[in-house]
Parts: sequence; C-alpha cells; structure tokens
Amino acid sequence: MKLTLAGAPHLPPISTVSGIMKQVLYALIPAIAAHVWFFGPGILFQIALAVAFALALEAVMLKLRERPLKPFLSDYSAVVTAVLFALCMPPLAPWWIALTGMLFAIVVAKQLYGGLGHNLFNPAMVGFAVVIVAFPLDLSQWLAPRQLSPGLPGLWQTAQAIFTGSLPGALSWDTLSQATPLDALKTGVAENRLVTEIRDAPIFGDFGGLGWEWIANFYALGGLWLVWRRVISWHVPVALLTTVVVITVPMWLMGPDINPSPLQHIFSGALVMAAFFIATDPVSGCSTMKGRLIFGVGVAILTLAIRRFGGYPDGVAFAVLLMNMAAPLIDRLTRPRTYGH
Amino acid sequence: MHDLEVGEHLYRFPGGLKLRHYKQIACRDPLARPDMPEALYLPLQQHQGPVGEVLVAQGDRVLKGQPLSHARNDREVPVHAPTSGTIAAIKSWPVSWPPDSEAECLVLQPDGADAWFETKALDDWRNADPADLVEHIRAAGLAGLGGAMFPTAAKLRGDWQQVHTLILNGSECEPYISCDEMLMRERPGAIIEGGLILARALGAERVVIAIEDQMGAVDKSLTRALAEHDPDDVCRIVEVTTIYPEGGEKQLIQVLTGSEVPHDGLPQDLGLACLNVGTAAAARDAVIEGKPLIERIVTVSGPGVQHPRNLVALLGTPVGDLLVAAGGLAGDVERLVLGGPMSGLPLASNRIPIAKGSNCILVLRRQDTRREQPVMPCINCGECVRVCPASLLPQELHKYLKAGNYDEADSLDLFDCIECGCCAHVCPSHIPLVDWYRHGKGVLRERGVEDARARKARQRFEAREKRIKEEKEQRRRKREQRERKLKSGGDARSEVQAAIERARAGSASPDEDGDR
Repeated sequence: MKLTLAGAPHLPPISTVSGIMKQVLYALIPAIAAHVWFFGPGILFQIALAVAFALALEAVMLKLRERPLKPFLSDYSAVVTAVLFALCMPPLAPWWIALTGMLFAIVVAKQLYGGLGHNLFNPAMVGFAVVIVAFPLDLSQWLAPRQLSPGLPGLWQTAQAIFTGSLPGALSWDTLSQATPLDALKTGVAENRLVTEIRDAPIFGDFGGLGWEWIANFYALGGLWLVWRRVISWHVPVALLTTVVVITVPMWLMGPDINPSPLQHIFSGALVMAAFFIATDPVSGCSTMKGRLIFGVGVAILTLAIRRFGGYPDGVAFAVLLMNMAAPLIDRLTRPRTYGH
Repeated sequence: MHDLEVGEHLYRFPGGLKLRHYKQIACRDPLARPDMPEALYLPLQQHQGPVGEVLVAQGDRVLKGQPLSHARNDREVPVHAPTSGTIAAIKSWPVSWPPDSEAECLVLQPDGADAWFETKALDDWRNADPADLVEHIRAAGLAGLGGAMFPTAAKLRGDWQQVHTLILNGSECEPYISCDEMLMRERPGAIIEGGLILARALGAERVVIAIEDQMGAVDKSLTRALAEHDPDDVCRIVEVTTIYPEGGEKQLIQVLTGSEVPHDGLPQDLGLACLNVGTAAAARDAVIEGKPLIERIVTVSGPGVQHPRNLVALLGTPVGDLLVAAGGLAGDVERLVLGGPMSGLPLASNRIPIAKGSNCILVLRRQDTRREQPVMPCINCGECVRVCPASLLPQELHKYLKAGNYDEADSLDLFDCIECGCCAHVCPSHIPLVDWYRHGKGVLRERGVEDARARKARQRFEAREKRIKEEKEQRRRKREQRERKLKSGGDARSEVQAAIERARAGSASPDEDGDR
C-alpha cells in the first residue's frame, strides 16, 4: 500500500478559482440578456471581442513570463475582466476600443503586476478608464433604447459598425444615439434646468433611465444570487447602496429641483453593476469584513462626488480605482482582534 | 466571578464551517474488539511532555496493567502493559508524530492469558482527598483522550485560582470521528462518575457535559445515567450547535461562557478545566476499578474501509490490525489519517500503533483526496478570513510566510492559529495554508531556540571576558602594589622577614584561616 503523506485538511477544498469566476459569469447572464433586449446585439459583439483579446493577450503575457498556460487560461479570470469591461462599452464601439481596453486591463493592470491575484487595481476598470480618456467621443455614442429608437441596428449592421468603425450607409448617429440619462442630467443641471424638468425627457423611466433601470434590476438579481451562493459577501453591495441612499435622500428632500432622487442615482449608470460585480472584486478590494464595509462606503461617496462635481457623467470606475489604492491600508487598519488577545 | 452558569446561555464563536459529518456510518454496529494482535507496540511517549524511566527490560514477563515506565512528576505519564506477556524488545518503531518517524517502543508479545497485575481501587472516592484522586489518576497514566494527549494530572492541579466548572468535551466536531459518541451511548454512567471524580480532584462545583445537537441517542442515554449517578445534581448536559471546530477547547469555552482563553493563559485562568469525555471514563476506571489506561475506543471509518465501525483497541495495537477488524480496505486506498479529515495526521505506515490520543483511523481513497486544480495564487477572496475561528487573517499570514517575513507573521498572531484547517478547506486557490502555518511556526520556534542559545552564548562570553579582565586588573594591582612597596624603601630582606613572621603566626593559631 503506497500512502501519501500530505498535511491536513485531507479532503479537497470546496471551491475553485474557475468555479467562482464561472458563477460570476452566470450571474451576469440576465443583465446581458436585458441589454440585448433594450439596445440590440451590439453588446454580444463587444463581449466576444473583449474575451478574444483578453485571452490572446493573457496567453502572450503568460508565455513571456514563463508561466504555465493551461491553469491560468482556464481560470476564467480574464473572461470575467473582459465581460465586465464589455458591459461598460457602447454597443457599437469600434473594435480597437476593446483591444486598447484589454491591453491595459490584461497586460498592464494584471500581468505586469504579477498576474492573477497580484493586481492592485481592478483590471476591467483600468481598461475602462483608459478608453474613456483616450476615446471620449466613441464612448459617448450610446444607442437609444428600443422604445425610443427608430429601429435598433441588426446583426449585420452592428458587425459593420464595430469592425469598420463607421455606421453603415443608411444609419446615422443623429437618429440612433441618445444622451444617457446621467449625461442628460449633468448637462441639464449645468444649464440651470430643474431636475424635474430634465426628467420629463423620454429617456427617463420610472426610476432611472429607460431600459437602464431594468438592466440594473437584472444586475441586482444576479448579484443577489452571488451573495446567496457566497461567491461575494454582502458587505460591499450593502455598504455601497446604503451610503448612496443615506447621502442622496436628505439632498433630494432639501432640493428636489436640483438634486436627483436616490432611485434616480441607483438605477442609472453603472452603480448597481459596480455594487455587485466591480467593487466586489476580491483581488483589488478589501478582505476584512469591516474593510469591505468601508470600501463600499468609499466607492459610493466618490461616485456621487464625481457625478456631482466631476467631469464625467458617471464616476464609478474612478471611484473604484481610487478605493483600490486605499484597500491595503484599510485592510491593515481593520484587522480583527485575534481570539484571546 | 461568573454571572451566568457555564452553558446556561450559548454564545457563538466567529467563523467555523458546517460540514457533512459522516458519523453515523461507524455507529451502526456495536462496539467490538479486534483479535489479540501478535505484538503490541507501546511508544514510551504517549503524551505531551518528557518520557519517564523505563521499568522493564527485554525478556521480562509482565502482567496486564503493570506499569512499564515511571513518572517522576505530573508532566510525565507512565505506560502500562495492555495485556500479560513478554517484553520482546525495546526498539525504534514507526509512530504517528512527527510524520514518517520512529520512536522508542516497548514490544509486548501477549501470552494469551490476559492475567491482571494487582489493581488498586480507591475506596469511597466521594470522600477521598482530592490529592489522592490526582495521584491515582496520574499513576493510571491518563493523558487527554481527545487527541492532544495532555497529561491529565497536570490539568488537575497547578498554579492557578480556584476552578469552578469542569467542562467535559463530548462534541467531537470533526467528520467521521464517533468514538466519543459511541462511548456516551455505551457507558454514560462511567462518564458521569468520571466527571464527578475529576470535579472533586479539581475542587470544581459544577460539571458541564457538552454534546452536539446532532447526537440524538446520546442526550437520552446521558440523561438517564444522570438520574442514577448524580444525586446532587452537579452535572448538566448542554447541546451545542454542530459547527466545526466547536469541539476545540478554546471554541467550546467561548460557546459555553462567551469568554476567551487569554492567548498567554489557560482555561484554568477563567476558572474552567476542559477534559474529554473519554478521559472522564478513564478516570472513573482508574479510581473506582483501579484500572490504568490500557485501551480506548477508536473509530475506523472513511470511504476506504469495508465496514466502518468503532473498536475497543488495546493501546499498542497496530493500525493494520484495526483495519482488518473493520473488514479490510475498499478501493484504491491512498491515505491513512490519524484523527479527522480536517486536522488529522497522515500516517506513513499501517504498522503505527494506537496510542492514548488515537481517536480515529480515517481511510481515504485516491478519488476522495483528488483536487480539481493545481495550487493557484491567492485571489484575496477573504473566505479564509470569514471562516477563521481565531479571527486571524489567513491570507495575510500566507503572504508574509511566502515572502519569508516570519516576524510579520508572528506579529499577526501566527501562534494563535489552532490549525483547524477551515481556511484551507474553503480556499478556492487550493493553497495548503495549514502547511504554511506549521512551517512558519517551526521556523519561528527554531529561531526562538536559536535566539535563546545565542543569548546564552553571548552571556557566557561576556562573563568570561569580564572575568579575564578582572583577573588581569587584579594581577596588575598586585604588581603595582609590590612595585610600590619595593620602591618605598622596603627591601627584599624585610619582605622575606615579614613572610617568615606571618608563617609563624599562622602555625601558632591555625584556626585563624578558618578553613579547617
């Protein structure tokens, strides 16, 4: 009998890295489906492109870093990064945006920092921050949702737009695109218009933006499933969303004409997605329970500050990146008390 | 001192895991005894602490229950002959700890007669002097049967304040292990009597027997035995929620009292003593029947054994004999574990004998231990932080240990890790965290020893330097004195004269020196 001398515990661990990543991907499916319904098939192209670039770049970098390819390509971490990045892209964004984003997400933010588990910053958000600075025009070309659109571009038209970088003959941005609700709010408030007045525009739905609020709902659905499955802990989403409510409710009550309602805040932009899928990234976030609460509060405050005072309509990406910087310090300051000390 | 009785209110400890516990598979059959082994291998060290003096030599005939080694103090624990026979040899033999090692063992060849040595029971233990009880327990060779094998006598008396409550730990929280459950079903009276004896030895007023809420039949059997053996209503049965590792001493105390054992202290500092239910039964046998600790219940279980069951095994029985008694192996067996799957020790051979702390032999097949992925980098998911019952930061400890930064790991309280294995069990990156912690503790301990040694060497060196310097100084002063005398007129003759006079004076009064 040949016996193995291995240390305890003797039964295999109950989860795997790829298992966690796959569940994150499953949890995104409802939101992706809603996205397709409201904005057409563009998002599927964005996802496919980003995933392909991410895996290719990951493979090249692993080769250069002389790391084994199979375990790291099959851990699905690059796929999650790519999908989260793609979900922040306008549906018809040209292909080089995905390439640029993945270059910075996978090559710079992830692999140059040491690969899986070593990145200081959320790779998807690094990619997004780079492309929104580098291609501001392309990233402002959002399609109008199905209800307001003269007709969403079909598969072939979408592919043409993405791969050539310009709209196929019959289509024009003037009819297809529409300011996002957050954009509209920002410019409207800057023009001294009342929030109630701005909200009369058809792009707004019951709570947030038309279409967007449903996508947010589906992000929340997937996110809650992840919390239930213990893939993510409740701390970050609860802290983040609660903080948004706590800050925006008094402001809205005091000045409903100049301050959007809490629901407007939550159901537009990437806030719900960030609460469940971005700010919960384990590698670049906090690992103590208290630390996660602080992390969530920080992301919420910074997001609201950027939305209100910053140059970009939505500040979630920058808020997350700023909190990533603070995460190691927060972890250090929130160490739990050891038993018996 | 304590507001609530221990166990009156149950508290929670942080972290922990709900595990499938697979205990019932070994409880279906009643207790049985394996066939008498061809030879028993008795390690001299079956406890934490130094080894006593061996009392027998090769070729000696010994009787069942005869002491084979001698204990000089409470930290040494004697070993007794589990049956009558001949000491065939005293030699190195595989043992469980450290893994893959050998240690000095007495090899006892049974003669089949099973003839008893004299047994010394204690009459009327209810009125016995506590010191006599401790002495009896010490002579019977008791060491914690829960697995840690801490000398029982050293737990019963020591330099601490009054112990008010004795906790009998019957909550063996690891999957598969069911020897205590079986004992509580089969010998509840012995546990209660043993508990009362230990309480008397400690001077404790209360006994709390902690069992798991998933042990159905146990509660009933213990309650019935209470009616019979505990007229003064000293004992209380408390069901604790089955969350691994609530059976760990520190966690159990936290659950029952809400307080924590100080990191540099003992349960006794809280007025508590925590002993295993098996130890209580052994104490009862030692005091009431005069029988030393020579056998114990061992669970033989796991997917790799034909008929999982609990066996009453003589100490020194090789693991292989127990596997045979459990119907033999099943499937592609790859691992033998002494203890449970979460914190048990891997065994290098089936020749390793059962010792006082051997609660379970777990047999695992290749497919039971197979992992789906290689070890990956830590992704900081924080699951380990969530499940750590000691509130450590396992992922940070790993980070520092991996970087060789042992001091930082020490400052993160590495030594407060109880090695329960929860962190490694939930790690999606499959990092062998407990191995890292053991390694880190080893390095730090070694360094501690090294530091102490270096300090001692430095002290010795400095003392020697000082001595040499002082001697030099003395010699210099003497020389100077002599020179001064010579210079200050006194000549050599007068010096000689003075010496002669001194000698005369000395012989006249020899006692003056004082060294006679």
